[in-house]
Amino acid sequence: MILGRIVGTVVSSQKRPQFEGAKLLLVQPETPQGVAIGATLLAIDSVGAGVSERVIVVLEGRAAGEALGKRHAPVDAAIVGIVDQLEFVE
Amino acid sequence: MQLARVIGDVVATRKDPGFDSIKLLLIQPISADGRPAGRTLVAVDSVGAGVGETVFFVRGKEASFPFHPTEMPADAGIVGIVDQPQAFIG
Amino acid sequence: MLLARIVGTVVATRKDPRLVSSKLLLARAVDPKGKAEGNYLVAIDTVDAGVGETVLIVSGSSARLAVGMKDVPVDAAVVGIVDAVDVAE
Repeated sequence: MILGRIVGTVVSSQKRPQFEGAKLLLVQPETPQGVAIGATLLAIDSVGAGVSERVIVVLEGRAAGEALGKRHAPVDAAIVGIVDQLEFVE
Repeated sequence: MQLARVIGDVVATRKDPGFDSIKLLLIQPISADGRPAGRTLVAVDSVGAGVGETVFFVRGKEASFPFHPTEMPADAGIVGIVDQPQAFIG
Repeated sequence: MLLARIVGTVVATRKDPRLVSSKLLLARAVDPKGKAEGNYLVAIDTVDAGVGETVLIVSGSSARLAVGMKDVPVDAAVVGIVDAVDVAE
């Protein structure tokens, strides 16, 4: 999993049926220090995350499908937690 | 699958029970000319490979298949030892 | 699997219900000599690892083969604490 910050929401009307009812969020990957790294990605939200919140993103297909509650869904990223607190030493 | 050189051993006492009595080796993936290609990995060994040998390994869940029905959380597994360097230097 | 060092902990109250009661650790990949390299990742702990320890992290779908992780939405799990790495050279 990686750390990221929610930077937006994505609305799509025409999409694969497995996405029905799922919230799609735009996530900017970040270092623990809060520095943006890499390209923003789209992730399914399964925990009720909102813009500017810091989150934990799972980056693997089956795991994302599990988070969505649907297997064989064409997804590869899902938000599985909202970070309350982060402690790190380096 | 990919070629790699076995460069070391990893000793871990506290580990997933699936790894009990399984050898963990440190491998450096290499390209066909023997040059390092990418970061070092820890792989499970099912063929009796040793330090200094050139091997090939599989990535993903398939790494645990040689140990079936035992399941262990491995994502890299050595599945063959290359007999002679000529076998892959084109 | 990757060699990594545990550099922190992540606390999340709102999370996937299958992650409740799991410890989330912040880890950074290290080379065989222990030098940090690459990005940070968040991994679920299955062996009671702690900050400062060198560990083995399994990633991808294999992470769900770790103890208690079946059908849990994880892609990285700490599955071993490294006692020693012997590197030939």
